[in-house]
Parts: sequence; C-alpha cells; structure tokens
Amino acid sequence: MTPATAITTAPLDVAALTRAVVEATPSSALPGVGAVATFIGLVRDNNLGRRVLHLEYEAYEPLARRGLDLIVEEAREHWPEVRMMIHHRIGRMEIGEASVAIVAASPHRADAFAATRYAIERIKQIVPIWKHEYFEGGDVWIEGATADPDNADAREKAMRIACA
Amino acid sequence: MRVTVRLFARLRDITGAGELTREAPAGASVGTVWSSLVSEFPELSAYERSISCAVNADYSRFTAAVADGDEVAFLPPVSGG
Repeated sequence: MTPATAITTAPLDVAALTRAVVEATPSSALPGVGAVATFIGLVRDNNLGRRVLHLEYEAYEPLARRGLDLIVEEAREHWPEVRMMIHHRIGRMEIGEASVAIVAASPHRADAFAATRYAIERIKQIVPIWKHEYFEGGDVWIEGATADPDNADAREKAMRIACA
Repeated sequence: MRVTVRLFARLRDITGAGELTREAPAGASVGTVWSSLVSEFPELSAYERSISCAVNADYSRFTAAVADGDEVAFLPPVSGG
C-alpha cells in the first residue's frame, strides 16, 4: 500500500500517487469526491541568474517524514474532507525531474487547490530537506526558512497564501 | 555522557562529518552541545541565529536538556520542495 507520506530516492510516480489517494478514500466518501489537485515540483534550469546543472537533495529522513505527516494533519484539521498524500524525492535529480508530488482529493476544487498550495508552502517552512545546487561555475547549499513547526506566524502565512 | 550529533547540508560540509560522537557534561542542554561544537568549528557560529535543532528526531529547543545516548541534530535553514 502506498504510504500517505514518503521520503524516497526513487523517481516519483505521480499517476500512481493520484490513484493511491483515490483508492485510500473510504468507499462511503468516494462518490463525493469531485476534485483531485496535484502539485509537482520540478528541478528548474535556472536560479537567481545561475544556470543550474542539477540538484542534490538531502534530508534528515525521520524528521522529514514527521514533518510531512504533520502537514497532512494540519491540512486535515483545516479541510476535513480533503485526503492528501505527499511524496518527496531526495538524492541527485536532473533538470525537469520531479522533486515533490502533492495530491489532494476533495468534494470541491477550491479545497483541493488550497490544500496542495498550503502543503508546498509548509514543506518550504518546516521540512528538514536541503537542496545542493550545482550550477555553471560552482555549487551552493540553498538555505530558505529556519524550521519551526510551532511558529504560528509561519503557519498563518502559509494559510493566507493557500486561501488567497 | 555521550551524545550523537547529526549535521546536515552546509553544517556537514563545515565539520566534514554528518555524524559525530561527543562528550557532554551532566545537565547539558542542546545549547551546550552547540556551543562546544562552535568552539571546535568556529565557522558554525554564522548559523547561531538561523539553525533549528532536534533531539531524537523530534524538533526541540536550545534550552532542552539532553540525556546520555541522545541524538542531537542541528539543521540549517531548510530548502525542500
């Protein structure tokens, strides 16, 4: 069975993840599903004016997995009818490869869109995963947010962005 | 007591190891472990204000006490997605 959250070195299979979200929906709720939204993060060929060659992702795996679980829980708290799965890939990835896949199924599209947006914003805030960017002329660790799951301001900011 | 220190991304590059074993005095906090690590690797001090910490793979605070055998992780600002 596909786990709701995963940190994996294997290429992400978005179609399989989408099927898994639908299959994990209880049969009583299934006829009520009217929307599935997916967000897929890809490795881009440029960043801050640099020509990116490839990325290497590193994670503190047990805590990263817990972080993803927490995000799924937070989403369920806010959108009780949304069913969500998040898989994040780590290791070396080439341009155009998927680094993260978020799938949300819900009765209506607004919640499915909002929940996926919320999840990607929260991933960037609290999940201990790091990008090592190899670009033309060098390499650099990308450093974004200081991770603090208890920071209510960060959580509210993610919610504002999701519901904008 | 002995603690296992886990370091990631640029912190791992600075120390040259993703995992270190260090002695810590009785009653040490996460902050104590960090401070002695900074004395050993002064370049880490640049991260003083931006790192997060975890004890046994759960987010923690610098004031939290550590126990013998704990895994203490220091996390630079994250950049997943």
